[in-house]
Amino acid sequence: MIEFEAVIGLEVHAQLSTQTKLFCGCSTAFGAPPNSQTCPVCLALPGALPVPNEKAVEYAVMAALALDCDIQAISEWSRKNYFYPDLPKGYQITQFDKPYALGGGVEITGEKQTTRKIELVRIHMEEDAGKNIHSENGDYSLIDFNRASVPLIEIVSQPQLRTPEEAAQYLRRLRQILVSIGVCDGNMEQGSFRCDANVSIRPRGEKKLGTRVELKNINSFKFVTQAIHFEIVRQEQVITSGQSVVQETRLWDSNAKLSKSMRRKEEADDYRYFPDPDLPLLLIDSAFIDQLRRHLPELPQKKLARFVSEMGLSHYDAQILTDDHEVAQFFEQAMLHYHAPKTLANLLISQVMGWMNAHDQIINKIKIAPKDLASLAKKIDADEISGKIAKEILTEILQTGESPEQVMAKKDLIQIKDTSLIEAAAKKIIADNPKQHEQYQAGKIAVFGYFVGQLMKATQGKANPGLANEILKKLLDEK
Amino acid sequence: MQQWTLTETIEKLQQKKISSVELVKKALAAAQKQEYLNAIITLTSEQALAQAKEADKNRATGSCSFLGGIPVALKDIFLTTDVRTTCASKILNNFIATYDSTAVKKLSEAGGISIGKLNMDEFAMGSSNENSSFGLVKNPWSFDRSPGGSSGGSAAAVAAGIVFGSLGTDTGGSIRQPASFSGVVGIKPTYGRVSRFGVVAFASSLDQVGVLARTVSDAAVLLQAISGHDVHDATSSPMPVPNYSRSIESGVKALRIGVPKEYFSTGLQPEVAQAIEAAIQLYQKLGATIVEISLPHTDYAISAYYVICTAEASANLARYDGARYGLSLGREQGLASMYEKTRDAGFGAEVKRRIILGTYVLAAGYYDAYYKKASQVRTLLAQDFAQAFQQCDVILGPTTPTTAFKLGEKLTDPLQMYLGDVFTVSCNLAGLPGLSLPCGFDRQNLPIGMQLLGKHFDEPTLFRVARAYERETRWHHTHPPLFSGI
Repeated sequence: MIEFEAVIGLEVHAQLSTQTKLFCGCSTAFGAPPNSQTCPVCLALPGALPVPNEKAVEYAVMAALALDCDIQAISEWSRKNYFYPDLPKGYQITQFDKPYALGGGVEITGEKQTTRKIELVRIHMEEDAGKNIHSENGDYSLIDFNRASVPLIEIVSQPQLRTPEEAAQYLRRLRQILVSIGVCDGNMEQGSFRCDANVSIRPRGEKKLGTRVELKNINSFKFVTQAIHFEIVRQEQVITSGQSVVQETRLWDSNAKLSKSMRRKEEADDYRYFPDPDLPLLLIDSAFIDQLRRHLPELPQKKLARFVSEMGLSHYDAQILTDDHEVAQFFEQAMLHYHAPKTLANLLISQVMGWMNAHDQIINKIKIAPKDLASLAKKIDADEISGKIAKEILTEILQTGESPEQVMAKKDLIQIKDTSLIEAAAKKIIADNPKQHEQYQAGKIAVFGYFVGQLMKATQGKANPGLANEILKKLLDEK
Repeated sequence: MQQWTLTETIEKLQQKKISSVELVKKALAAAQKQEYLNAIITLTSEQALAQAKEADKNRATGSCSFLGGIPVALKDIFLTTDVRTTCASKILNNFIATYDSTAVKKLSEAGGISIGKLNMDEFAMGSSNENSSFGLVKNPWSFDRSPGGSSGGSAAAVAAGIVFGSLGTDTGGSIRQPASFSGVVGIKPTYGRVSRFGVVAFASSLDQVGVLARTVSDAAVLLQAISGHDVHDATSSPMPVPNYSRSIESGVKALRIGVPKEYFSTGLQPEVAQAIEAAIQLYQKLGATIVEISLPHTDYAISAYYVICTAEASANLARYDGARYGLSLGREQGLASMYEKTRDAGFGAEVKRRIILGTYVLAAGYYDAYYKKASQVRTLLAQDFAQAFQQCDVILGPTTPTTAFKLGEKLTDPLQMYLGDVFTVSCNLAGLPGLSLPCGFDRQNLPIGMQLLGKHFDEPTLFRVARAYERETRWHHTHPPLFSGI
């Protein structure tokens, strides 16, 4: 049987986080009442003209810098013509043969920690369309133009991805970069970060590309993996059954978990692109680029390297912490309160993030503040609480939002440092375990751990571990 | 009363020899008397009278703006919030805009009072004003002739003395050609000089707002009122606007006037050629130097123009889809039916012809042969002018090859109609300012127009050269018999 290889390229639409739309002053806020954020320009009333939003250009250039693209001094706005009710002008303003950014790339990590750069073809700016809302019985449709003319960048990768997992990783990295520099909120549910995939397969070793299928509507990391995997297998089935793959656009149905043909190549629209005569050429001068470059926030890869070199974290931990911009931010804020990278990283990764995964939560929504995490770490390092107690306290904080001190008081978890209390408990344990005592005295030092365990158990883990060790050793050695 | 010009009337208003209300009433009366010209689509008597009263009141308290309550009128392509904007199309029938166009706002702030919205070719597509869903416009000089187009109503209303001036738009000659046919002055300024915001778009890279008036000085005053940068139009120029009246009487001594040899080839009506020849001689007498120049790519201008303007129009008119405003038919049968029925019933034949043509020239496989080629020709034409303007300060020629043609004469032959735009389209393709002024009459007593083309943003020289001729001639004081001026 022939072994196939998939060739995948992604087209990502990222919404730029500007306050206003690409060609008018209307708000871009999500969730407003339908058509409340519209004006003559984005409704395409007669005589209305587009005026480019400088902030959007700035964000777009920042994205291109972060992705290491070649920013074009001169680029051009074009009209993409097609009729659809959510497209008020009957054309979309986009960039066609002169996009503002070429080249660049996103690094992904392959097997054995090798990095591979997925190159970009281009990035261009464009406006979003509105939204059609269809009535349930199909009697009528309504149009909401709030989203019309919201600024987007479309990031087109080379077809250099080979597996659904690679595609998902590329997407994660790309999202992480855009979010970390503050130009996109990365919200896939609200459509601020959307993905189409071009998928083809070919026999492994073959140089020529197979017929490509465009997959639309794959708007979560989970769907990306599923939909691409489905498509690869579907194409394999088509070819092995003796047919050929048809060039077409397919729509992923996440409920039915399958893709359906939307239109075939011969039905494809002729968009009749031409330069938009309402808009002068877009000129981006090098001084503007340099200024943005100087103020560009730290990129995730750089942050990762810094976490390793300056904080002494393992590559693995640093990777986890920098994978999500908000997690990294949380970590660095906690560091401001207590500079203990390893303790904080351990707590954050194994406890907090573990809890987040289990409860399907994101870092910005959880009830613990960076300051409280720092305070817990400090208590651990000062031997005031054990790791086990720390976990208990954390779980409580995450559920109630109380401070570590409140939880410790409430749960009676304040550490026992009173030597007489510890000594009394230790004496009782030695007395209750004569056999182990004899073994210890006979030179079996390993049994010491058993006594420590018993002592901690007797004090519900609250005995100061240092003191517990010291007192036990003294008492056991005495006799 | 004498036949006052706009500039004279402003003085009379200031001297309180006449009131704005009187002027507006006269204009409204004339409009009604000459309704048969069909120059006006919507007459706004009440609003105009109310504004005139306001202007008179302001004058009394000394807070009157410089046009001070002069009646004017607007081509029905300018959006106005108080009255419908039809663009002479069924598809926009009874459309009331939610905002005013910048040009109208500026004119109104300057004290111009609009008495109504003027007839035109639908979506400014045409050279005869026969393509209007509100019917054709008659030429005040001869009722069986076209007043020119697309700003036919704007030209006829001024020529008939209804208003002192009007706003028009010029995409390939739509101000200058009707000005020529109707015997008035018309100027299309440099592309970017007047904001296009709130002007229904035909071909965005060519459309430019301008004015029509009885005299050169009047046109200068009106253009002054509407010129300037607009943040709502990314193609509008931030260049400061000079005072167009300041140097208008400076004459043409030592100025170099270029005469393109290509503008005197075959097809020129002999009387037109003679009138232009006489004008050239007069300029020589007035001290100008006449230079023969060449605009070698003139022959390709018409083709390039009709490719570019139709391409842009095909996209600009896509918004009239029946979904949001204007005419909407066939909704019950679904989306395709809404598009088809609305656009079929809403657009006239010429508009459909141009949308189809424009869609074709942009189509995959044809783009390079048509749109791209036309854009290259456009660059060559601009280079022609750049070279010519190294030898001269202004270019002179006929506005149109012939005087006003008969209504219906070219309606069945669109190509013949298009060819009549041979002298006017280059100016739009190169973004230059162009002015047409009366320079004589043919044997049938039809006005002849002379066109002056200037360097980018050199409107002052155009006005100055035009005024130097006007001062020596009486054409602008010769009015059609029906003239009802003050």
